[in-house]
Amino acid sequence: MKTIEDLRRLREECKAKLDSRKASGVQLIIGLGTCGIAAGGKEVMNAVNDELAKHNLKNVTVIQTGCIGMCEQEVLVDVVRPGEPRVTYGHVTPGDVPKIVEEHIINGRVVADLAVGKIAD
Amino acid sequence: MTDVNKTYESVPLYNDLSFFKKQQRLVLANCGFMDPEVIEEYIIRGGYEALAIALTKMSPADVVEEVKKSGLRGRGGGGFATGMKWSFAAKSPGPKKYVVCNADEGDPGAFMDRSVLEGDPHKLLEGMAICGYAIGADEGYIYCRAEYPLAIKRLKLAIKQAEDMGFLGDNLFGTNFSFHLKIKEGAGAFVCGEETALMASIEGKRGMPRPRPPFPAISGLWGKPTNINNVETFANVPTIITKGADWYAAIGTEKSKGTKVFALTGKVNNTGLVEVPMGITMKEVIFEVGGGIPNGKKFKGAQIGGPSGGCIPESLINNPIDYDSLIQAGAMMGSGGLVVMDEDTCMVDLARFFLTFTQAESCGKCTPCREGTKRMLEILNRITEGKGKAGDIALLEDLAKNIKATALCGLGQTAPNPVLSTLRYFRHEYEAHINEKRCPAGACGALASFSITEACKGCSLCKKVCPVNAISGEAKALHAINKDVCIKCGACVEKCPFKAIIKG
Repeated sequence: MKTIEDLRRLREECKAKLDSRKASGVQLIIGLGTCGIAAGGKEVMNAVNDELAKHNLKNVTVIQTGCIGMCEQEVLVDVVRPGEPRVTYGHVTPGDVPKIVEEHIINGRVVADLAVGKIAD
Repeated sequence: MTDVNKTYESVPLYNDLSFFKKQQRLVLANCGFMDPEVIEEYIIRGGYEALAIALTKMSPADVVEEVKKSGLRGRGGGGFATGMKWSFAAKSPGPKKYVVCNADEGDPGAFMDRSVLEGDPHKLLEGMAICGYAIGADEGYIYCRAEYPLAIKRLKLAIKQAEDMGFLGDNLFGTNFSFHLKIKEGAGAFVCGEETALMASIEGKRGMPRPRPPFPAISGLWGKPTNINNVETFANVPTIITKGADWYAAIGTEKSKGTKVFALTGKVNNTGLVEVPMGITMKEVIFEVGGGIPNGKKFKGAQIGGPSGGCIPESLINNPIDYDSLIQAGAMMGSGGLVVMDEDTCMVDLARFFLTFTQAESCGKCTPCREGTKRMLEILNRITEGKGKAGDIALLEDLAKNIKATALCGLGQTAPNPVLSTLRYFRHEYEAHINEKRCPAGACGALASFSITEACKGCSLCKKVCPVNAISGEAKALHAINKDVCIKCGACVEKCPFKAIIKG
């Protein structure tokens, strides 16, 4: 890393990689700050991995993230299908995971009763 | 397909949620939006651009000037002008200087720094490296308590990644500026958040404060010029460099620029982490961002600044949140803990809680703090136990005044604040405890008393739920509580469908 141009080039490369990942598959994001973990984030993460394996879903990337601020609603799980808004689910338990995977990831239908908010990219 | 689109329509946009509407996220911009363990995600979101700009396009003096111009003030509590602080360390003779980050977050109910460390660790590293360049330091320490294992894990990983990619280390961006970072894990003593105690702890000594001057900018870590800032302060720096001081200074009020992160806890619906522009009112933060008080209870006050701060009563919630207004109100910005209290909170008990904390955390070096907080706590304990005496309030005030004026460090100097501010706004509660042996909030167990009002319909539900058979009364007639038998458990209050049982 010698110049600011080096950094900007690297940024473009990383961004291109991320964009292609976003375009080709679903992203599932789990809040795993201390607040998320304390609320059971790791158990939800395990349930997600089990459920994805069960359905043999290979185009889903599971990503961890930090505290988005809504600690009260942890565990927070977000689903982003290619080209669609990012939807945040709150108070997610391992028992909710099959519904989120089957309804939203596979069928593209938001699980309205668990949804907290969405971000249009 | 139309069906599918409709399912999205029913979900509100983040920006339309009251929790997000009034927030402005600079420090927390990336928290929750990227994987904190992947440096590439930070780079994609503009990371290390500020370091590159500072190193390749600005002189160290330019950087100090830019931070000065931004109006940034210390986010750890005191609110000292950051640019000014940097200029002192920059002027001190080298060659060896240090940058230290105070990540010893220990206020009860505060988790702002933890969330930044866990959610966006690179932002801190970048801010510290920029500071190192500005003041001429080639080494830095992050002092983080060992109770934050996840934060420490992510910091360690972030440092390794930044070293591997050339954002930390020697000759950064082809310049002769080198910067190395280390983590020092603290053992969790609250006093180690005080800068001189913190440095002693890094040096391997017992964490105790020393008198200032000399200030760290002259003689800090291992006697070398040192600049110490809090996590949030450093995390503001990259934004100031990339967006410019003028852009930054346009946010906030005349004397308090930028945003402030608050950990919103206590009796509030949206417990969590929020970042709001300076100058916003307490009412907006608690009732709009925070979603108000749960269970239809009445707002009583908010403790801001933790054990060093004070409470803001309902009469002042329309005041702006900025450094100077809060000081005027007898509180302080502090590091960002905001504990909301409802009608069930006893303000004497609150003061006692915070004093119990500071008293336990007093390092014992100076007499006013060691002995004074102990005596104050004894008085508060007896007041809440119904053994308060005439003259106790005056004695508390006298002790508070002397401790504030004579304690060695910030811990002791600010320890009386919760007592003074509750005395200022809720003096009648102290008086009720002492003179009438009554706790108006019904929170102090020893003083609680329950009684049944005329609203009683004689349904007998309370009689059935009472575990000690203290309630008597014929069906459909007014019931009564035998105060000699009552154990003050409150079960009857919750059971009564007519809200006929009151405590206080």
